[in-house]
Amino acid sequence: MSFDRRQFNQASLGLGTVAAAAPAISRAQTRALKVGVLLPRSGVQAFIGQSCQMGADIAPEIVKQLNGVDIQLMNADTESNVEVARSRAEKLINDGAQILVGPFDSGAAIAIAQVAEQRKVPFVVNIAAAPQITEQGYKYTFRNFPTSVDLIRNGLALYRDLFQATNAAPRTAVFMHVNDTFGQANRKAIEAILPRLDYLPFKVLDTISYDPAARDLSVEVAKAKATKADFIMLVSRLNDAILLVRELVKQRWSPQAIMSPGSPGMYEAQFYKALGKYSDYCISNVPWYDPKGALTDRVEKAFNKAFPKDKLMYHALNVGFTFEAILIAADAFKRAGSADGTAIADALRKTDIAERMMLGGPIRFDAKGQNTTLASACIQNRDGKPVVVLPKASAQAAPVYPVPDWSKRG
Amino acid sequence: MSVDAVLNIVLSGLLTGLVYGLMALGLSVIYGVVRIVNFAHGELMAVAMYAAVVAFATAGIDPLWMLLPVAGVFFGLGYALQRGLINPFIHRPEHAQFMLLMAVALILVNGLLVVFGPDALSVQVDYSLDSYALGPIIIDKVRVICASVALVACAALFAIFRFTAFGKAIRACADNLLGAEVVGLNVKHLYAVTFGLGTACVGIAGCLLSMLGDVTPNSGPAFTLLAFVIVIIGGLGSMVGALAGGVLIGMSEAVAGLLITPSAKSMLSFALLIAVLALRPQGLFGRSS
Repeated sequence: MSFDRRQFNQASLGLGTVAAAAPAISRAQTRALKVGVLLPRSGVQAFIGQSCQMGADIAPEIVKQLNGVDIQLMNADTESNVEVARSRAEKLINDGAQILVGPFDSGAAIAIAQVAEQRKVPFVVNIAAAPQITEQGYKYTFRNFPTSVDLIRNGLALYRDLFQATNAAPRTAVFMHVNDTFGQANRKAIEAILPRLDYLPFKVLDTISYDPAARDLSVEVAKAKATKADFIMLVSRLNDAILLVRELVKQRWSPQAIMSPGSPGMYEAQFYKALGKYSDYCISNVPWYDPKGALTDRVEKAFNKAFPKDKLMYHALNVGFTFEAILIAADAFKRAGSADGTAIADALRKTDIAERMMLGGPIRFDAKGQNTTLASACIQNRDGKPVVVLPKASAQAAPVYPVPDWSKRG
Repeated sequence: MSVDAVLNIVLSGLLTGLVYGLMALGLSVIYGVVRIVNFAHGELMAVAMYAAVVAFATAGIDPLWMLLPVAGVFFGLGYALQRGLINPFIHRPEHAQFMLLMAVALILVNGLLVVFGPDALSVQVDYSLDSYALGPIIIDKVRVICASVALVACAALFAIFRFTAFGKAIRACADNLLGAEVVGLNVKHLYAVTFGLGTACVGIAGCLLSMLGDVTPNSGPAFTLLAFVIVIIGGLGSMVGALAGGVLIGMSEAVAGLLITPSAKSMLSFALLIAVLALRPQGLFGRSS
């Protein structure tokens, strides 16, 4: 058998066309949903990224039982770097990912959302709070996590509940925050909301921002200490939260409390491990799982089976929202009946999942792709564990405010 | 802000600056004699930090007990590195030396990444959170210890160069290479010893810094940059300049955090660098050529 030049060219053209169309064809026809999971498993946010990854790892088995959908995870490390997040998102899509999930970071989420929009691949944000992620008019980005504004509004409302429950009325606070995208977004939200909340008795004396990758926070803490504020309002990440508490102990300053109106760090396993008794009594007002929910029970069993040396409570928010993001993706894929990006995005817009793990109403997205039904709980560290102290209906212990001096711990 | 708070911040900057000074001293000594800029300086320090972390994690050894063993090993490492790898490049163009040492730096960073992974590791000794109270001034105990050790190490190095015959021979090589060769000094050996001494300084500084902060494989390049800023401000090749530059940078970071905003701590350091380059290119304690 021989080919002349014309036949060869036609065959090449045909093969080329098939090859070019292949990803789209396979994307639309496969039965298992290929989920690209983007998380910061190395770099400055490595610990939290690896914690989120646990939620992704246990999700396929539970989702299969719930929805009958097969999930194929395609994991990628964003290295805590926005540019890497963007390029990994591109690569995942090139490798056949039909939906993206992640990335526990607002800066990375903004970069991935741009890629998702260009490539018409749906993107479900697990954790990232900067409002602009769902304010750009994107059609393929959906977020099952509060915006900074909602996070702060819910968190500050819990400040009021805490002060009422403990009969406390602190007069002053110093606000310390990381200066990354997430920290800046929270700062803007606090500056916009706090002056309007006349039911909160305190005044912010100073605002101190710092680099989340800082190796030393001695100057920051000395500045905060000089304000003689009653308590610290903190928007942190993990490593800086550890550094900050160490520096507070070294500088012998015991504020009435360290309270986060909605940021990670102080309820992470590494925080307890690194600080021991000094991790106790820190307060985080954050979205949390429903400890009495049936789905929580199921997730906890799967978690214990997969990670017998670990406990869900130390990864609650990270595992919960990452698991839910994959659940949302599978639910939309099932209803769409196709792995086509536009069909899944259309299905995502009609999401209505009543049985969920995290506190709040059913999972639904508004026209911007934002879930607005999420609630926060007041978590206080007690005996090296995160404990729900508010709202009262879910409380596992009574809140403590003011907290004991560093020198009077254990 | 109260005077106490200002004193606390400035003192903290001074103590950190002394450790920075010891770190930069190694770079300055090597350049002053061998005329090679060690672009793997920070990476070698990250290796020393990991050595301290591993010794503490596996055998509970306090990094202070690791100072002399690490200094000894690093002296040998520096000696071997100079004799085996760098010496053939001594008379080659500067860009060839730069590429060689950048390659060493890259190998070290990625080697650490392979062995230890990307996570931050630290040493938490029993007294990590202790502090001294002098009236209203609170001083971090670990910083005081680290700064004291840094001062002793610097003094020892000054003494070696100033008072021993061996040190005089090294200085002779730095002052007049041809003359040193004519009088029969073993220049290759002296160069390697100098590189070893500079690397030992880095080893000691690494052990001390492991008590002050976390280490990751990517800490190295940041330390290299910091060491460069310090020695350029102090004067490349000047031992006093390196120590003074370290203190200046430590203090400027603290003062910037105090007066401007902690987010802009590095800004003042780099502003100082630009000012020195513009007004006194040889550095504060450097000799103009």
